[in-house]
Amino acid sequence: MITIKNLHASIDGKEILKGLNLEVPAGQVHAIMGPNGAGKSTLASVLAGREDYEVTEGSVDFDGVDLLELSTEDRAREGMFLAFQYPVEIPGVSNVNFLRTSLNEIREYRGEEAISAKDFMAMVREKSAIVELDAKLASRSVNEGFSGGEKKRNEIFQMAMLEPKLAILDETDSGLDIDALRIVANGVNKLRSEKNATIVITHYQRLLDYIVPDVVHVLYNGRIVKSGPKELALELEEKGYDWIKAEQEAI
Amino acid sequence: MGYTENELAKDLENQEYKFGFVTNIESDKAPKGLNEDIIRFISAKKEEPEWLLEFRLKAFALWKEMTEPEWAHVHYEKPDFQDITYYSAPKQTKKYESWDDVDPEMKETMSKLGISMEEQQRLTGVAVDFVMDSVSVATSFKSKLAELGIIFCSFSEAVKEHPELVRKHMGTVVPMTDNFYAALNSAVFTDGSFCYIPSGVRCPMELSTYFRINEGGTGQFERTLVVADQGSYVSYLEGCTAPQRDENQLHAAVVELIALDNAEIKYSTVQNWYPGDKEGKGGVYNFVTKRGLCERNAKISWTQVETGSAVTWKYPSCILKGDNSIGEFYSVAVTNNYQQADTGTKMIHLGKNTKSTIISKGISAGKSQNSYRGLVQIHKNAENARNFSQCDSLLMTDECGAHTFPYIECKNSSAKIEHEATTSKIGEDQIFYCLQRGISEEKAISLIVNGYCKEVLNQLPMEFAVEAQKLLAISLEGSVG
Repeated sequence: MITIKNLHASIDGKEILKGLNLEVPAGQVHAIMGPNGAGKSTLASVLAGREDYEVTEGSVDFDGVDLLELSTEDRAREGMFLAFQYPVEIPGVSNVNFLRTSLNEIREYRGEEAISAKDFMAMVREKSAIVELDAKLASRSVNEGFSGGEKKRNEIFQMAMLEPKLAILDETDSGLDIDALRIVANGVNKLRSEKNATIVITHYQRLLDYIVPDVVHVLYNGRIVKSGPKELALELEEKGYDWIKAEQEAI
Repeated sequence: MGYTENELAKDLENQEYKFGFVTNIESDKAPKGLNEDIIRFISAKKEEPEWLLEFRLKAFALWKEMTEPEWAHVHYEKPDFQDITYYSAPKQTKKYESWDDVDPEMKETMSKLGISMEEQQRLTGVAVDFVMDSVSVATSFKSKLAELGIIFCSFSEAVKEHPELVRKHMGTVVPMTDNFYAALNSAVFTDGSFCYIPSGVRCPMELSTYFRINEGGTGQFERTLVVADQGSYVSYLEGCTAPQRDENQLHAAVVELIALDNAEIKYSTVQNWYPGDKEGKGGVYNFVTKRGLCERNAKISWTQVETGSAVTWKYPSCILKGDNSIGEFYSVAVTNNYQQADTGTKMIHLGKNTKSTIISKGISAGKSQNSYRGLVQIHKNAENARNFSQCDSLLMTDECGAHTFPYIECKNSSAKIEHEATTSKIGEDQIFYCLQRGISEEKAISLIVNGYCKEVLNQLPMEFAVEAQKLLAISLEGSVG
């Protein structure tokens, strides 16, 4: 689904990603873990196309398309979805209006007709159930006055509506209590299929109890330094990151 | 890639005025300049009664003694009052019997404005009193309104047909001594609209007037008088567009609203007069006095969406004279390029238990200056008066300005006054969030801005709200990509 080769990216002249390699095939969930400042959120931002970051080297193939050549909105229309660590509030714009605009822009890009109001509302009902999102939230302004948990659930609800090929969950577990975490994880699991892929960025192993990854990667100092099966997450939880740091410094 | 604020600023600057065209209809004009003879000419042209001529001459005498105000946060070259044509009427003299009789070119103008009369009549049931350069040319739905005793006609017609009503109310809310431009208007006003809703009648449709300044160099001095008798209700819409002109055109209207006991008036304006080009050349000067008077339990609600004019100076106000009366002001003001707007409201609380609400949303782009100026005044007998004010400013560039001048004068300790104000820049984060959901920059900005103005847009009648949203989109539309 996505193949990242030797990716270098910097912000304000400071290099954050320093030759990152990563491959996530369709049908898989990969977790990216790592200490603070390793570049996890930078990776998410660079892939989504945030303009503050400058890509200086490397390539990203997204299902056959050169991702780095695409504008932010075209990346989204090609099927990339970023669940934000801090979902943004847009006062006065209802969630449904926002999503319908989004969905129709994506459909137009793909040469499909705009969705009818009736089909759209049916879809809203079906998908909001996946994350147990109150239907009332769908008609409220985007993220405005939502609790932390509601915001994160709303991200997964949007993901369900837009049916992306690749979803990147950026610290989706942060600020969630155990019930909300379970709901969010259930949502993500229901959306897993052979045709899509998911990258889960997280600090903690806890989320991976619910969303079981195929591969766990450790991101340190702008590179993937270790990859392994899901047990790697447990090892990290137990031992922390110091041994990774020590290992890296030894090299 | 992403959309920066600088790019947005550029797009806004490049956006041209969409209604720049001139209708070629022969005009019956007064010579340029202003003196007693011109006023007599106007009055004679309009076949006015003696009392009205006297009213005009008295206003003119007062105006000559007054000086142009300078306290507003705007800078402009003062109009040369001797270089303005004060009367210009399209040459047709007869009123139209049917819509088919209307000059095709005038119809064309209206359809360019997107207000095809047939359409409006058929689809919305809006009765339109169309004012083109001072003289009303078409009025519809009159007979239906007449059945209910509602009078909705041009001001000149009202002077002829209902002189007692005009004489009784005209100048009672905005006296000719009120300010420089109100005095000028009182002396030289040419036409406008008049509306009277009889006691206990709920006007079944939105009443709508489209103003349009057409003749180059013509100052337009409209006068509108709306009287809602006891227990009546009316919703009145005012929309304006002007063709593109190089010289500045002066517009100094007076609008008076009178809501008698238990009556309610809802007055909505969408204004997109020519704002001048992107160097700040040309554009309309809009110096308007709008005020409403509320008697007992009455309510007046002003809603305005202002995207046009080079210089705007406008404070739709409410005098809450009667006990339990309510005043509301909802405003969106967009300024772009070199536009300057100084707008707001005055809420004068005289009666007991009077309530007022002010929601003002300013959007500044380009190098424009956008000011909110408001006065909340609680008089000593206004027991338990309440006011809530909210003034938000949204900045699009680093070069524009947003200013807030709230004045509060309170002489009764039982009053409760709340004022909230925010200033924000359009968020890069919000735009990025939209982009990441596949929404284009242009649509993202339109969504965010419309969301920001929602509280005000919600106050507009349905068809007007759609127009206002389009207007905001046009104002913010750019050559993205």
